[in-house]
Amino acid sequence: MSKVVIVGGGPAGIRAASVLVEAGLRPVLVDEGRRAGGQGYRAPAPNLDLDMKSLMGTEADKYSRLHALFASMRERIDYHHGTLVWGVHERALHTLADGVARTIPYDALILATGATDRIMPLPGWTLPGVFTLGGAQVILKDQGCLIGNRVVFLGSSPLLFLAALQYRKSGASVAAVVDTTPLSAKLVAMRDLMASPRTLARGVMYRTALRRAGVPLIDGATALGVHGKERVEGVRIKDGRGHERFIHCDAVAYGHGLKPETQLAELAGAHFRFDPVFRLWLPETDTDGRAGPDLYLAGDGATIGGADAAEASGALAAHALLADMGRPSPEPELARLRRQVGRLRRFQRGLARAFAWPVSQAAALPDETIACRCEAVTVGEIRAAIQTPLGPREVNRVKALTRCGMGRCQGRFCGPALQEIVSGACGEPVADVGRLRSQAPVKPIPLHAVSELEQTR
Amino acid sequence: MKTAQVVIVGGGLIGTWSAFFLAKRGFQAILIEKGVVGAQSSGVNFGNLRLQGRYPGQYPLSLRSQAIWEEIGSLIGDSCEFEKTGHLYVATNEAEQEKLEQHARVAEGHGLVIERIDRTGLRRRWPWLGEELQAATYSARDATANPRLVSPAVARAAQRLGVEIVEHACVHRVRKNGDGFTIETDTGLTVNCAAVVNAAGAWALSIAEAFGETAPMFAAGPPQFVTEPIPYRVVPSVQAVSGSVIFRQIPRGNVIFAGYPRTVADPVLNRAPVPPQKTLNGMRNLVRIAPFLKSAQVIRVWSGIEGYLPDMLPVIGESETTPGLFHAFGFCGHGFQVGPGVGAVLADLIVDGRTDTSIAPFSIKRFENDVQVSEKLAHEFDAPASPGRPE
Repeated sequence: MSKVVIVGGGPAGIRAASVLVEAGLRPVLVDEGRRAGGQGYRAPAPNLDLDMKSLMGTEADKYSRLHALFASMRERIDYHHGTLVWGVHERALHTLADGVARTIPYDALILATGATDRIMPLPGWTLPGVFTLGGAQVILKDQGCLIGNRVVFLGSSPLLFLAALQYRKSGASVAAVVDTTPLSAKLVAMRDLMASPRTLARGVMYRTALRRAGVPLIDGATALGVHGKERVEGVRIKDGRGHERFIHCDAVAYGHGLKPETQLAELAGAHFRFDPVFRLWLPETDTDGRAGPDLYLAGDGATIGGADAAEASGALAAHALLADMGRPSPEPELARLRRQVGRLRRFQRGLARAFAWPVSQAAALPDETIACRCEAVTVGEIRAAIQTPLGPREVNRVKALTRCGMGRCQGRFCGPALQEIVSGACGEPVADVGRLRSQAPVKPIPLHAVSELEQTR
Repeated sequence: MKTAQVVIVGGGLIGTWSAFFLAKRGFQAILIEKGVVGAQSSGVNFGNLRLQGRYPGQYPLSLRSQAIWEEIGSLIGDSCEFEKTGHLYVATNEAEQEKLEQHARVAEGHGLVIERIDRTGLRRRWPWLGEELQAATYSARDATANPRLVSPAVARAAQRLGVEIVEHACVHRVRKNGDGFTIETDTGLTVNCAAVVNAAGAWALSIAEAFGETAPMFAAGPPQFVTEPIPYRVVPSVQAVSGSVIFRQIPRGNVIFAGYPRTVADPVLNRAPVPPQKTLNGMRNLVRIAPFLKSAQVIRVWSGIEGYLPDMLPVIGESETTPGLFHAFGFCGHGFQVGPGVGAVLADLIVDGRTDTSIAPFSIKRFENDVQVSEKLAHEFDAPASPGRPE
């Protein structure tokens, strides 16, 4: 029987596994997390008394359902938790768990690798006390900790409002929610947002709840910088009417939506295209997630769609894989899933317009702003390299000459911003300056990791 | 239609240094590069300027080259992180120790100072080295530089001296035109010139073959790995004489390491991926000779495309069939150190018609007969070694 391996233990990976289990397969599920659930439906650390029902709010039922689904099939899959996949080569995954490197061969691969925060550099964004928006949520859901007592939620993302509410419920004071996209952009995006009226209503409800609680909501602001001597003391913004304001706080949750984690897809052979709405390079798939021979992508790792689309696209990818194995397809069910995924992804495209990636902020960044946190490369160094005679005009060459994207994160966080900075400095469209290529290891691996194959040899 | 005294095909180390020295000597040159300057093996190699253990017939060229490296800051206005770090060659057994001794005697014959270090000396001076190391030789004149920076910096220096650098233009035709040559690129550029330097690296054969000569070159890449920054303590480059691993630390803290076997490269798709198993092998070999690194994390892996020849020696010199055509390619992974010297020699050949530096062993003529296959071919490449030309 052919060996099917799924990477990712979030909603897409779990639903894909359940479809395969129902079809009588025993898939391998490789999860970097210590407990299944992924990022959005993260299960708290054991022995931690967290009220997940309250934290998850309207999504509490879905949270419980997904974890129950996982528990019900736990014995019918091979579940490798706490296992990093750091490379894909010739139909085998290269993994690391508890410091030991192993190889997991596969006949078919479903990648449900999820998403991470997209962030645009900002003066002061590397000060202690600044967290990515997603990171602020992970700390809360995984450890029951807060990033600060008086928190500003800054950037442009529907998650600003959700995270601010979760922090309020958990006892933090929310100093302000500052959205860098104007309300008018939300109206323009309304046609796509109506693709999922329930999700839209939920977003409006979050805003209303925050306003009722007296939290200042500032729309259409420009982020000018995070200030503080040793750590965060406040953020400086220009509000929608052009007035500069300083908001005191001891922590900032900062983000501009999500970006798919596509490194493994690239190593497994997926092709990429530039998406002008998300302003990201996304892997190419058909409607069911086929990305190449025996390669399937699902969930936010393929394109941002949110948790519901992740579940549905996970099921679709598994059905596509079964169909390619010659198994019969439940056509009405597939049609329903395709409609659902299509609708939710259209909604997310609306969100990408309603909560825009702040392109103009990249061009306006002062030279001394750090662009690459790992290697401490400034925006000015990138611009200077480009302006040198024979200077680079493509992001991988900029990386080679400036070290931007060369450090621990391998450009996972600075990559999208680097594209905008290079585009601005070269005067070329962002689609023409390329994207940072992925290489194994996609995340750092310690030298003492020894291959199991060699140990037994 | 342009005219130039010399057209240089290829903007790697060899091409840019040739351009620089030709311009220094008053020659008007145009350099044509299919991609961007210094992006292939010139930009992604280990950055080692090793004098120990070179092919004996290459010492005159190597030493001339090292003298240029030692002046790089004043020559081109950019030191490119050149550091006289020294190079430590280490042995784990008697056979390797004997190999070190042979290398040392050859190097000393060319005036290098080689220090022999026993086990006790190793423990005392470099206590972080692995227990299994028995002996070493140390050469203080050996050095390192940052390969990512060098070719672009040399190209800019050549540009300031009047060389025209054309990037993103692929030479697709070179033909004889009277006493000179006509070069055509895929971008519609045509140049008439008196001499041509074929420094097109792993892509150089098409030019040689257009003039009725060839070499059994194949493409491969050196797999290289780097750790996150850790406190700086390793000054010299450290290399196992067995070839299993070489490493160095840069002052900002990262440890760069590399090891055989080399990786397969595809000059058509322009890719030299490093299979994960090679990364694990490299990690294991590094920890054996430098156990203190075992907790360091590998953050990045890369390679590049290099041209190799079965005797592991380059082709350098004037064409056997066509006066005015000069080849310099197939550096077999050893081109970084000799690059500036090769540029200076090519300038000699073109300007003076001769050079005082011995390059006799590197003539393309040697491939008219069967060349002796280097023993390195067996242990530096994946078995079974298949040094055929890529189809």
